[in-house]
Amino acid sequence: MSTGNMNLTLKVWRQKNNKAKGKLVDYKVSGISPDMSFLEMFDVLNEGLITKGDEPVVFDHDCREGICGMCSMFINGRPHGPKNAVTTCQLHMRSFKDGDTIVVEPWRAKAFPVIKDLTVNRSAFDRVIAAGGFISVNTGNAQDANSLPIPKARADAAFEAAACIGCGACVAACKNASAMLFVSAKISQLALLPQGQPERYKRVQNMVAQMDAEGFGSCTNTGACEAECPKGISLENIARMNRDYYSAKFVSEDEV
Amino acid sequence: MSAINSNIPEGELTDKWTKFKSSVPLVNPSNKRNLEVIVVGSGLAGASAAATLAEMGYKVKCFCFQDSPRRAHSIAAQGGINAAKNYQNDGDSTYRLFYDTIKGGDYRSREANVHRLAEVSVNIIDQCVAQGVPLAREYGGLLDNRSFGGTQVQRTFYAAGQTGQQLLLGAYSALERQIGMGKVEMFTRHEMLEVVKIDGKARGIIARNLITGELERHFGHAVVLGTGGYGNVFYLSTNAMGSNVTAAWKATRQGAYFANPCYTQIHPTCIPVSGDHQSKLTLMSESLRNDGRIWVPKKKDDTRKASEIPEDERDYYLERRYPAFGNLVPRDVASRAAKERCDAGYGVGSSKLAVYLDFKANTERYGKIEASKAGIHNPDAATCLRLGTAVVKEKYGNLFDMYAQITGENPYETPMRIYPAVHYTMGGLWVDYNLMTSVPGLYCTGEANFSDHGANRLGASALMQGLADGYFVLPYTIGAYLSKEISVQAIPTDHPAFAEAEAKAKGILDTLIGIKGTKSVDHFHKKLGLIMWDKCGMARSEEGLKWAISEIQQLKKDFWSDVRVPGTADEYNTELEKAGRVADFIELGELMCLDALDRNESCGGHFREEYQTEEGEALRDDENYAYVAAWENKGDGTFELHKEELKFENIKIAQRSYK
Repeated sequence: MSTGNMNLTLKVWRQKNNKAKGKLVDYKVSGISPDMSFLEMFDVLNEGLITKGDEPVVFDHDCREGICGMCSMFINGRPHGPKNAVTTCQLHMRSFKDGDTIVVEPWRAKAFPVIKDLTVNRSAFDRVIAAGGFISVNTGNAQDANSLPIPKARADAAFEAAACIGCGACVAACKNASAMLFVSAKISQLALLPQGQPERYKRVQNMVAQMDAEGFGSCTNTGACEAECPKGISLENIARMNRDYYSAKFVSEDEV
Repeated sequence: MSAINSNIPEGELTDKWTKFKSSVPLVNPSNKRNLEVIVVGSGLAGASAAATLAEMGYKVKCFCFQDSPRRAHSIAAQGGINAAKNYQNDGDSTYRLFYDTIKGGDYRSREANVHRLAEVSVNIIDQCVAQGVPLAREYGGLLDNRSFGGTQVQRTFYAAGQTGQQLLLGAYSALERQIGMGKVEMFTRHEMLEVVKIDGKARGIIARNLITGELERHFGHAVVLGTGGYGNVFYLSTNAMGSNVTAAWKATRQGAYFANPCYTQIHPTCIPVSGDHQSKLTLMSESLRNDGRIWVPKKKDDTRKASEIPEDERDYYLERRYPAFGNLVPRDVASRAAKERCDAGYGVGSSKLAVYLDFKANTERYGKIEASKAGIHNPDAATCLRLGTAVVKEKYGNLFDMYAQITGENPYETPMRIYPAVHYTMGGLWVDYNLMTSVPGLYCTGEANFSDHGANRLGASALMQGLADGYFVLPYTIGAYLSKEISVQAIPTDHPAFAEAEAKAKGILDTLIGIKGTKSVDHFHKKLGLIMWDKCGMARSEEGLKWAISEIQQLKKDFWSDVRVPGTADEYNTELEKAGRVADFIELGELMCLDALDRNESCGGHFREEYQTEEGEALRDDENYAYVAAWENKGDGTFELHKEELKFENIKIAQRSYK
């Protein structure tokens, strides 16, 4: 069993609720093992707070293996912390040094209001998907799965876009709080596949309209979203979405 | 003890489902609009049911405790989903999938349910592809398959190591479509705390808005629980942190029987525990056993590095003991074999509680094939390794990355270290053929029910069952009940039964807050987990189980007198949520031990040390234990056993052999 000997100073955003004013609060944690995940380090912090009679820091997390997209945390100015292509739950303390000071904030975006401490409301993403992030096929209407061959390269490209976990790091990383990477990943996945063609142009218009209505910012092509995405979702998706968005203006009304 | 009726339709096994579908009463569209269904849980089994019921025209309310239905833990399933498509032309069929599942479950599941599962398996793949789920394909554009444990055909469809994610996002998009159309009302960050029963029927739920702490009353003509498994009773498992038994457990308080609670699946290939800070365990997909060979050193307490141990000093114990299935034996068999080697002193790594999963041989094999494709004759070892590594990376890249991330080791260079961990629970709420629990109008789908996997689930069958239940089974079977409810008006939630249920939920929350003890919720959860893992885990004994029961009873007393839950009940309070869940886990833990104690045999995931063959294999007792143990919660800490006899009319029940 590993024993930890790292001592850290944490500056953590505490905010009682959506209406309260928040602030950074300093905490010390000790006995941290380099094999712990960042969230397990927070478990140690919270256990200490509870034992002292204080309220623990509230943060979103669930699967703790980098796939559910629930964990967030803006760590030392970067969503999901200093390592590339990982979520906060996959970030291990071996990425930090004994004596470090670590600043931990919630996602910051108008469309993601803070609920409490490090927890924010990302329901805007669900509403964008509800606006068109699907193929309209009711259960029981499908033909045999192999009756529609799809070139492997195309299927792989759709899969890469579909790998998005909806965590919102792209929005948090963006100086404009734009959701273009998230929205374009779903649009690309479906636009790349033959099954997605009938609703292709309607979908892009509806989803972009909902994205704008939710208050996400515009894209100015800085690429911070791609750099910080834990799943490596590519900027190409944004290019595909833009192309389809403009194409939609020129296709016949029957298709939109 | 009394017998219970599973409502299996009459007739030939292969005709039961077809006949049922043709004869089940229908509900006309105008009546569907007035019938309300509550679905709790938004994983594969919940989201697919909610979406499909809404498509059919019912009014649906769906609840999940996460911030979005897309977070449900189905998302973490890695390896794949089975279907009897026979796309590989390797002799697969509905019957073979049925047979493998019954045998894999060690002859402790219901024939009729499993056959139905095998029948609808093919529709699932069609449905998911139509939704745009990007399953893996071959260069010809057709769908690819791979092998999973306990089968000799390739019937597993997959999307890299993220099959659960892709299937869940498919179901999620279908659900969001219905939400967008106003046909499903979605309640995220809500937790079900009570089932409301009126005149003996499930008529709604009490749910807590986790943000505000407010208790809400929701009416439904029927209630569906798709709330997942209870593996977190062990504290450490591959389940998500929030996965819990609370909804199912509250249902037992209203009369729903809990079946086969002791059947838990310990998955053989997980990353070993690294320290006592650990909050959860991570699975390495069973698909890795397609190309990874499992071994330990032949010498006890060997401290050499894996690379320093020559080939003839390695014990490929699964290949040795089970030549026919080799590394692809079912999970229960592989887990016990790993435990046996480690207990005997052959384990590896610093804890000695691990075995190697080694990709070297197959990497070289792939390298040779690739070299030959590229026209390189007599390639050297370095070339083979380079080309083979690229193939392995394509197949399992994300899993290798995950391993490297967690352990800090490079699995392309050194074998992975793995050890069994709690992964899935075959037990769950008892349901009949219609997926209805013993409470009329209360249904249960997916991992939360007990129905299809017997005493052991085969790999790539959980996704199949969750989606089968939600897309293709429940939407039909629930019609049998709802067709008789068309004249029932929505019951106003000021009905006394709602008030009483709400008061009960509030009482528990207030009690938890009021204890103001000295120990955190996690303290009790960890203690419970240790008891369960030691005495009700991979090996169980009468003595150990009796000890565990008394320990858990003491733990329950300590919890209710000394737990500390900070904050209040009328705010966002994650410790309060955990406390309620752990309170239920403690009661369930005791029932699991009771069930394991009752079952004087070994079968599948339930291994009683007293009942094994000379070679250490599980020894079933079909004469006395071929039944489903359905436990009735009496509410005073006691449970009454009801037995559903399992009849095998189409399969000859036999000693399960993978040799």
